[in-house]
Amino acid sequence: MLSLITDLTFLFFVVVTLGGAVMAVGLKNIFHNALSLALTLFGTAGIFIFLRSEFVALIQILIYAGAISIAIIFAIMLSPSLSLKPSKRSVTKILISLSVSLLVFVALSYIFIHTPWVVLPEMVGDNSVKHIGEVIIQRYAFAFELISVVLLVSILGSLVIAQKDKKTTIQDSPND
Amino acid sequence: MINDITPYLILSAALFCIGLYGLLARRSLIGILIATELILNAANINFLTFSRFMDVDKAVGQIFTLFVIALAAAEVAVGLSIVLVVYRNFNTINVEKMDHLKG
Repeated sequence: MLSLITDLTFLFFVVVTLGGAVMAVGLKNIFHNALSLALTLFGTAGIFIFLRSEFVALIQILIYAGAISIAIIFAIMLSPSLSLKPSKRSVTKILISLSVSLLVFVALSYIFIHTPWVVLPEMVGDNSVKHIGEVIIQRYAFAFELISVVLLVSILGSLVIAQKDKKTTIQDSPND
Repeated sequence: MINDITPYLILSAALFCIGLYGLLARRSLIGILIATELILNAANINFLTFSRFMDVDKAVGQIFTLFVIALAAAEVAVGLSIVLVVYRNFNTINVEKMDHLKG
């Protein structure tokens, strides 16, 4: 009984994820696409909980569904003419893209089903947040620092790219 | 079902292929950005799946997923500002109309 409920919950999250993904690429209105992306990200967070990664699921909801999809929605809503342009799609392009992605999906599924996976027994290893924190600032300290530099540079870079007056950029740049 | 590795891998493959379809078929730059997010999510599901089922140290896959999420945030910040600049200069975000380098 319990396993039936668990399976149904898992299937619910799978349906939310895949349905949101299909709507995120299929719908005409770009605003609906962004909202469906948020739905997909929530579904993926549910899948993460089934994968015993509660902390990553939380971060997924905070950063992906909270920040990234909101940033996309803001960019769409702040420039009103972006949202009103459902450009027409050519049928041949859609058919080619559909066949390519279906081919990739069939190949990947074939590999995944026919590989003899060697799965570890249940509950080996420590997946607590404490352990994650210890590993991230000991073994992966350099990558952690590098990510913060990348984030800083990307924030500055996006501000510089998006600013309106281009002449001031050239004059203010300190290369003399 | 949930203690089996194959459903998660099939799910991530499906998510990746939907993202791939969006990447190939969409013409709006923001649509392409959304499709990229789907592909990154498929990669995250794969990281966590292999960490859950095959790795003894469960933290490594989760840390890589966190790194991917941080990089996705950076990518969206830069990508959206590029979209705004492109819209300001070309007055469109249709990628098929941005072919000035074609000559």
